[in-house]
Amino acid sequence: MSAIADPKAPRAPRARPSRLTTRGNTELYGWVFMRASGVILLVLIFGHLFVNLVAGDGVKAIDFGFVAGKWASPFWQVWDLLMLWLAMIHGTNGVRTIVNDYAERDGLRLALKVLLYLAFMVVVVLGTLVIFTFDPCPTDAPAALLPSFCTA
Amino acid sequence: MWSWVAHRVTGVAIFFFLLVHVLDTALVRVSPGSYNDVIGTYKNPIMGLGEAGLVAAIVFHAFNGIRIVLVDFWAKGPRYQRVMLWIVLGLFVVTMAGFLPRHLMHVFGGE
Repeated sequence: MSAIADPKAPRAPRARPSRLTTRGNTELYGWVFMRASGVILLVLIFGHLFVNLVAGDGVKAIDFGFVAGKWASPFWQVWDLLMLWLAMIHGTNGVRTIVNDYAERDGLRLALKVLLYLAFMVVVVLGTLVIFTFDPCPTDAPAALLPSFCTA
Repeated sequence: MWSWVAHRVTGVAIFFFLLVHVLDTALVRVSPGSYNDVIGTYKNPIMGLGEAGLVAAIVFHAFNGIRIVLVDFWAKGPRYQRVMLWIVLGLFVVTMAGFLPRHLMHVFGGE
């Protein structure tokens, strides 16, 4: 009699996938990126929430003048740009993982991911353009809506 | 298990808000008036409660994310994962206790 328990009968092998879903180390890099970007995003987003929702009059104070005042400084432009890109890549990769886990039909999974990547492109391109082409003092707008430095 | 579920649920919720939030902020490029109109809706009480929920989701996802990093990279992480979940929940309560009164005051307080 052997001292160890009888090994259970091996399971029937699962059907092999018709193709490999990943090649190389992409999934590893994605896994590392989620952790690294997550730590940076904690700092960026907590800072964003503090300045916009806690300091001063919080959400009540947010208007065009508030945003214009922030983006007049390269500091907040870089902050927001970094936040936009890292959050979008982190979020898109997270949703991609969830789609892979739960959408079992090939067609559905493909459709959801096409939609996801399309949303990623639109939001990242739009957000980046807005940060860099933003004009804090549009000439055709009423002066009352603009930050005070426009009239100075 | 439940922290894993909550991490996924909060992650997806935050992601969808992020999509909307970039679009609403993009209105600064249309005109000051249209941005102010849309951001004005963020100041009504129902949206104010929504923002509180959003911040709660972000705070949990952030602290639990740090816990995941520690479980993965810290040699003693897996051993302390359960203790760290309680620390995450404790930090969550403390952070929200600091945030909620201030935010609700902004939302429900008079001018």
